[in-house]
Amino acid sequence: MIWQLDLILLGLTVACALGAVQVRDLLTSVVLLSAFSLFMCLLWIEMGAVDVAFTEAAVGAGVTTVLFVVVVLKTERESQD
Amino acid sequence: MKPGERDIIIRTVCRLLVPFVQLFGLYVIMHGHSSPGGGFQGGAIIASSFILLAMGGGYDEVKRRFSLGALTATTSAGVLLYAGLGVVCLMLGANYLDYAALPVSDARSVGMLLIEIAVGITVTAAIISIFHDLVTFE
Repeated sequence: MIWQLDLILLGLTVACALGAVQVRDLLTSVVLLSAFSLFMCLLWIEMGAVDVAFTEAAVGAGVTTVLFVVVVLKTERESQD
Repeated sequence: MKPGERDIIIRTVCRLLVPFVQLFGLYVIMHGHSSPGGGFQGGAIIASSFILLAMGGGYDEVKRRFSLGALTATTSAGVLLYAGLGVVCLMLGANYLDYAALPVSDARSVGMLLIEIAVGITVTAAIISIFHDLVTFE
């Protein structure tokens, strides 16, 4: 484990998570959530859990993003709160 | 360009990518017992290839080939294959899902591979049917 790389990845993960909660446009929020999944996946690889990283990349960044995009297209794009 | 019609670049790239994505999904399922990956990950990859096809070429083209009834039946068939293999082991006098009792060489690897294939079938059909439900929801 390289702690500098860990720190950078953790910082980017937290930044993506905060951005996904804060932003008003829900489609932007979905894309930020996808980026969050990507950095999470890199973190898993860095910690040696390749199997978990695989699942995170396939499901977190791939399938759920598409499902969220479909839901945003079916409902409203602007956040209500 | 009519509304609802996709750009030719998006359509072509999606169609070109789909077979490679599916081949990679099959690779992940087939090597699940000896390397990272497995039925769930491979199934998710194959399902996302069909979702990519739906995004690239319009959902109607995919919908013509997958009815909701067939998807539900496939999901159940995967679960049945998984449980059935366990029951076969039980009938051969071993514990539930004890692959070592199967009458083939390398019984453990073969049993695990069959389980991975069953999980892959179920996950693929389940994710496509979730996508189907979301897209056709009014």
